[in-house]
Amino acid sequence: MNLVAIKSAIDALSAPTISFTILTVIFPFIFPPSDWFEKIHRKTGLWRMWTKPGGVIGMILITAFFVIGYFDPYFNKTLTKADNFPIVLMIYSMWFYIWLGMFKAYRNDIRIEQGLKPEEYNDPDDKVLVWPDLVYIEFICLILFQVFLIVWSILVAAPIEEPANPAATPNPSKAPWYFLGLQEMLVYYDPWIAGVLLPTFIIVGLMAIPYMDINKKGDGYYSFKERRVGMFIFMYGWVVLWLFLIIIGTFFRGPNWNFFGPFEYWDTHKVEALTNVNLSEILWVKWLNQGLPSNILIREGLGFVITGLYLFVLPVILAKTYLKDMYAAYGPTRFVSLMTFGLVMLALPIKMYLRWIFNLQYIIAIPEWFFNI
Amino acid sequence: MSDQKEIVAPRAAVGSVSKSRKTSMERRSFFSWLALGWLGFAAATGGFFTVIIRYLFPNVLFEPPQSFKIGFPEDFAPNSVDIRYKKEFNAWIVRDDESIFALSTVCTHLGCTPNWLATDNKFKCPCHGSGFRMTGIHFEGPAPRPLERFKIGLANDGQVLVDKTKSYKWEKGEWENKDSFLKV
Ligand code: FES
Repeated sequence: MNLVAIKSAIDALSAPTISFTILTVIFPFIFPPSDWFEKIHRKTGLWRMWTKPGGVIGMILITAFFVIGYFDPYFNKTLTKADNFPIVLMIYSMWFYIWLGMFKAYRNDIRIEQGLKPEEYNDPDDKVLVWPDLVYIEFICLILFQVFLIVWSILVAAPIEEPANPAATPNPSKAPWYFLGLQEMLVYYDPWIAGVLLPTFIIVGLMAIPYMDINKKGDGYYSFKERRVGMFIFMYGWVVLWLFLIIIGTFFRGPNWNFFGPFEYWDTHKVEALTNVNLSEILWVKWLNQGLPSNILIREGLGFVITGLYLFVLPVILAKTYLKDMYAAYGPTRFVSLMTFGLVMLALPIKMYLRWIFNLQYIIAIPEWFFNI
Repeated sequence: MSDQKEIVAPRAAVGSVSKSRKTSMERRSFFSWLALGWLGFAAATGGFFTVIIRYLFPNVLFEPPQSFKIGFPEDFAPNSVDIRYKKEFNAWIVRDDESIFALSTVCTHLGCTPNWLATDNKFKCPCHGSGFRMTGIHFEGPAPRPLERFKIGLANDGQVLVDKTKSYKWEKGEWENKDSFLKV
């Protein structure tokens, strides 16, 4: 296979509909949350990702992608942009730290299976002091990081652009790299939801994890098996719904916020024929063949029903059936908060797919009240 | 026990009397100093905030006038978008088959400035990809409502006059308003 074919294959695969789906589908096989997934995880050899050779191969693949990209006339432009340097660093460090954590977790899982104590286990009296042990390490890190920042700022000029002009928004207009995931969410949601509500949920949800997670295992040492469901959910939210969205925003979004493969030319006139419709329009105009009712609440009734079912009825049903044991173990308050955060998180991929498959714009669309979901 | 109490009580009383006399003198001056202090504080804070609020209203405003003339209706070709007034006045002048109207250049999603793509016949926002038709109606991307229209009319000399102080929202049914477009 020659390079051109590889490149166009990567371009085709990186279309978010495809790459996001692939990632979502293989994710439970990489971080198996149940025995069934675990079995395939073992059989297909995916577990080797978390061994030493697996880690090295991951690093090599990432580097190969960047090297090929560097010599590609189009990807070179995105890759060598000063703004995007942190993302290259992010991809490397993301792989390294996930690998490191999983590597240690798998080592411990084997030890625990054999009835040994985890690697990190020490005699309970064998404590390390904050001062000087920890503070010294922090201090040295701080100095090294300062050196790195200074060298970086000397070598690479700050990507400052011409003075801001309200009449001309740069095309594409990209947020700082750490906000690109947020910008991606904004494509699917109203500013109030994607810009205010979801970030609040992310922050509050992260803070609430210690209160919602009652699994005492894995405390003070790395372990995957003992907390695989929690790990799976967290990793999906973090890697796919945040880091991957940042990567999409950086490398796969071009002029007019259209999708482009990494090796594709950024054509300003790329046309993507799309007509988004609201759920109310689908219901009243397409299915019932009549005009939109003038009463807003009737017009958006179906949207309200669906949202209500999803957020308020679904948790109750789950508590009675599929998650019965969990409900019993967690108690109502903990269960409800866990469900709320989980369902809101899941709402993001759901909305993305609704947009991709049905061109659905909003489930509830009340621009009159600035209320769109 | 009872003896002790009798002895202690008067002693305490004597002490407290002499002390209260002494502090009442001090207290008076203390209060006046306190009042002075608070007055000074209030004055300083008040002055500070007055200056800050004053600062919000600049002496000179380098803003283009809110209403402006854009030439005669015949100057605008049918079915075209005039982008000449985008930079200075943040407005597109659109002429369709029967009317001329002025569209605001603020994207109704999060406020970026879309671009007019003549080849695709649409306004396209570079921030999250919202698309608007020539009429200003949204049809793709996350923008929940159409672009707003500005008040438009004819001035006495027959020129088209756009007034940005009044805008018309489609979702409120305001595009029916006869000031929101100009029949040609
Ligand atoms: S600001 Fe225009 S699409 Fe978000």
